[in-house]
Amino acid sequence: MGSIKEKRNGQTLTVTLKGEIDHHSAVKMRSGIDKLLEESRPSTLILDLGSIEFMDSSGLGLIMGRYKKMNELGGELIVCNPSDSILKIFRLAGLGRFIKIQTK
Amino acid sequence: MKKTDTKSTPINTLKLTLPSLSVNEGIARTVTAAFCAYLGPTATDIADIKCAVSEAVTNCIVHAYKNTVGMIYITAEAFSSSTVKITIRDKGCGIADVKQARVPLFTTDAESERSGLGFTVMESFMDKLYVRSKIGRGTVVTMIKRLGNAATE
Ligand SMILES: Nc1ncnc2c1ncn2[C@@H]1O[C@H](COP(=O)(O)OP(=O)(O)O)[C@@H](O)[C@H]1O
Ligand SMILES: [Mg+2]
Repeated sequence: MGSIKEKRNGQTLTVTLKGEIDHHSAVKMRSGIDKLLEESRPSTLILDLGSIEFMDSSGLGLIMGRYKKMNELGGELIVCNPSDSILKIFRLAGLGRFIKIQTK
Repeated sequence: MKKTDTKSTPINTLKLTLPSLSVNEGIARTVTAAFCAYLGPTATDIADIKCAVSEAVTNCIVHAYKNTVGMIYITAEAFSSSTVKITIRDKGCGIADVKQARVPLFTTDAESERSGLGFTVMESFMDKLYVRSKIGRGTVVTMIKRLGNAATE
């Protein structure tokens, strides 16, 4: 279903999300990412969505939750490589107004 | 959108009943998308339908049958105009105020990182969305979409 893979580079933690993000997979992804955040307390978290095949509004909840978490840690969140269908959902939420989104 | 024929007899029907387990979110959207495939949808149509079905089914699991497990009844009907009508029904807690529930960002479950955008996704990705609900009885979500390039003619 969904899985995560991490890479550290100095103060930057990059987490690549793979597969599908729905309510079923988001629960596990969330605890996986939060565990990494607690361990390494990065100043920048990059969520790479380039390998996501499906995402619904549960993915928005996951991203907005990590945004809040990074704010608490005094760091920033960058979301990169969203597909066109993910961008469509971002637009509904007006996500681009407060989260940095990098497209290819 | 051209006039559709969703009041006439469907040319094909899918009925799917699943218990409200989160693993069934993926099964529900995949099976429904497969049913729609022969109606000539665009890739965007399929992505939209998967997302809308996922939202409605997730709502049955996290809201209607919160803390319990109940059955989710999914029907998809195909019409000759390449239109699909999808109905997702539960016998869960029901919605007190449907109008309020459909407002973007409204959620009764902020603690679990719900975004309050499920109905907004269904409404914008499908052509039509109807929600009927009764407290203590359950909720029926009906979504209609015309598929393929004909939809934009
Ligand atoms: N099938 C349902 N049964 C009971 N309540 C529901 C159902 N679907 C939606 N709701 C209610 O409507 C609200 C809005 O739903 P939605 O737009 O999907 O946002 P979210 O699921 O993120 O809360 C939910 O928070 C819930 O209170
Ligand atoms: Mg929802």
